[in-house]
Amino acid sequence: MKAKILKKEMLSPDVFRFDVEAPRIAKKTQPGQFIILRVNEEGERIPLTVADFDRERGIITIIFQVVGASTELLAALEEGDEILDFVGPLGQKSEIEPGLGTVVCIGGGIGVAPIYPIARGMHEAGNKVISIIGARSKDLLIMEKELRAASDETIVTTDDGSYGIEGFVTAALEQLVDYGEKIDLVYAIGPVVMMKSVANATRPLGIKTIVSLNPIMVDGTGMCGGCRVQIGSETKFACVDGPEFDGHLVDFEGLRERQDMYRDQEAEGKDHICRIGLGRGA
Amino acid sequence: MMALSLEKHRMPEQDPKVRAHNFNEVALGYDEETAVAEAERCLSCKIPQCRKGCPVGVDIPGFIAKLKTRDFDGAISKIKESNALPAVCGRVCPQENQCEKYCVLGKKGEPVGIGRLERFAADREMAQNKEVKPIAYAPDAQKVAVIGAGPAGLSCAGDLARKGYRVTIFEALHTAGGVLSYGIPEFRLPKDAIVKKEIANLEKLGVKIELDAVVGQLYTIDELMGEEGFDAVFVGTGAGLPHFMNIPGENLNGVYSANEFLTRCNLMKAYRFPEYATPIRVGHSVAVVGGGNVAMDAARTALRLGAEHVYIVYRRGEEELPARREEVHHAKEEGVDFQLLNNPVEVVGDDKGWVHALKCIRMELGEPDASGRRSPKAVPGSEFELAVDTVVMAIGQGPNPIVASTTPGMDTNKRGNIIADEETGATTKPGVFAGGDIVTGAATVILAMGAGKKAAAAIDEYLKKKRNA
Repeated sequence: MKAKILKKEMLSPDVFRFDVEAPRIAKKTQPGQFIILRVNEEGERIPLTVADFDRERGIITIIFQVVGASTELLAALEEGDEILDFVGPLGQKSEIEPGLGTVVCIGGGIGVAPIYPIARGMHEAGNKVISIIGARSKDLLIMEKELRAASDETIVTTDDGSYGIEGFVTAALEQLVDYGEKIDLVYAIGPVVMMKSVANATRPLGIKTIVSLNPIMVDGTGMCGGCRVQIGSETKFACVDGPEFDGHLVDFEGLRERQDMYRDQEAEGKDHICRIGLGRGA
Repeated sequence: MMALSLEKHRMPEQDPKVRAHNFNEVALGYDEETAVAEAERCLSCKIPQCRKGCPVGVDIPGFIAKLKTRDFDGAISKIKESNALPAVCGRVCPQENQCEKYCVLGKKGEPVGIGRLERFAADREMAQNKEVKPIAYAPDAQKVAVIGAGPAGLSCAGDLARKGYRVTIFEALHTAGGVLSYGIPEFRLPKDAIVKKEIANLEKLGVKIELDAVVGQLYTIDELMGEEGFDAVFVGTGAGLPHFMNIPGENLNGVYSANEFLTRCNLMKAYRFPEYATPIRVGHSVAVVGGGNVAMDAARTALRLGAEHVYIVYRRGEEELPARREEVHHAKEEGVDFQLLNNPVEVVGDDKGWVHALKCIRMELGEPDASGRRSPKAVPGSEFELAVDTVVMAIGQGPNPIVASTTPGMDTNKRGNIIADEETGATTKPGVFAGGDIVTGAATVILAMGAGKKAAAAIDEYLKKKRNA
């Protein structure tokens, strides 16, 4: 269905936040789930993990980074514009329950957005939530205020040291461990390399680690299998079996390679503007 | 009277060399004179056999009789009494296994081209852009939810609307049509000219279609029958879960399920990239694994996307190919290379995670198995590599679990197919009916339409009882 953009905000030069009017979807959405949207008739189906939902106001919040032609088109929409197709909620919800103990929620870059509803849910369920949020530099950090409100403790890291701890989110995680914090569960969402590093750090410590994957997909309902990922000895579909998986079982290398599948075409698509109305195959 | 021709009038087609590089329709359709002449071949049997081969029971002798007298409007009205999507069926039904199989002319020569005549009648009407009159609903008309806007759902919805029920179809994708939109390629079934028009006609009739609505996630069936106020539900969600072979290398870049390959091309129009934003990658050489209609569609699509060499890799022989003869013939004409009696054992990748070959083993046929087909056995030590950039797995698909897993009381079998009565489509949950591939496993458009039609009749009975209770 169509969905109107009620509010648009630029969080950093490439990162935008939209509050979208989607009451039916908001009513059903749970932390960890995603939506798929399509900007126009020619558009791709873009999957985005939900950054927030407000059931009373009927709003789904999405946060996205401009990485190619399709997200550029999305970013060009303004308040009051309608997104042509807005589908959801998709995927399995996060397993949030009381009594999980101390949960460390780690978000890197744009991954801070989808970690937020999980941190909030964990906190509301009565768990102790320590959030670690990271970015390349201070001006790229998003949603700090929201995370602070939803967490017992929030640690910020920046790669360049312009704010918080200098280094990657794993540096902050290691510090927590060194200080003797007893961690029961880790949630990590961000770039593939980040999730891989977190999983590598927690594996020897035996701390259960959940990651949320965002592979290439088309329909989001299990029909195409494009989003398949190797989880231990099994192939799973991120759209219906995930998007969350046990980080210690994910084949991150395979995931990273599959994300590059269309790199060449995307570069071509971005540069090439057809002036006579023909596609490549015509 | 002229001597009866033993052959069907030839279907005009695009030249294979030309069409292998475009997405325009391959078969061009009969003109009026050819259609009438083909209709004249019908013997108007006193006890017509053809009709029993039609899963939706079209009055075939009836519509052909109208064509003979050039009553073209009468012909299409006759067809539409039983078939909601004649322009589609005239193109994609396997008539050789259905109506035409029973035609007596087929005993000595070729049967009457029933499918071609159906297509002609439907196309002729469509070209006239006739007004479709909306149904006048009773104020207290009962409501039926149809899940999935594919062949089963569309035919069920059409029949129910004509019986005066208020029907809403819930479709997960952004376009209605199911396999007609995402699966069957443009060159066999034009989307704008045929599929969209057939669906628009249903909407004009009064059927509502809610796109982008994933039942099981956005609504459960219990919610549809509760707070949303539907009196009955039909589930026609199709076979939406692709199978893979579970061989090494299947997750390499360049390996697609046929569903993904065809969806990118048909639904997302990747063949017009970058005008359409969804990319697809074919490379120079493509191996399509499988021997059914979907495999033929994928192979012929790969050619049109610019692949220089396209293989069909199938573990049995020519005789055993499950695809329609016509599709195999078309694929061969266009230059698809059939590697029969070969079975993939591994997808071989390069150091960057991309496909660079498909390793196969030669097969030989043994004794017939339970399905009556001779079962293939590997020839030890006969492995070889086909150099390819892309592999498309077209080995079938299972039922998508999203609806069943969120519907307590609606039982599935061990394969995950919904258990439904063969005649009525009734499931184990009262008021919920099902039909098409979600019940039978992957089959054909027309069988799904037949199931949708039977369920519509059963839903009508069920709701009559409910009204009078």
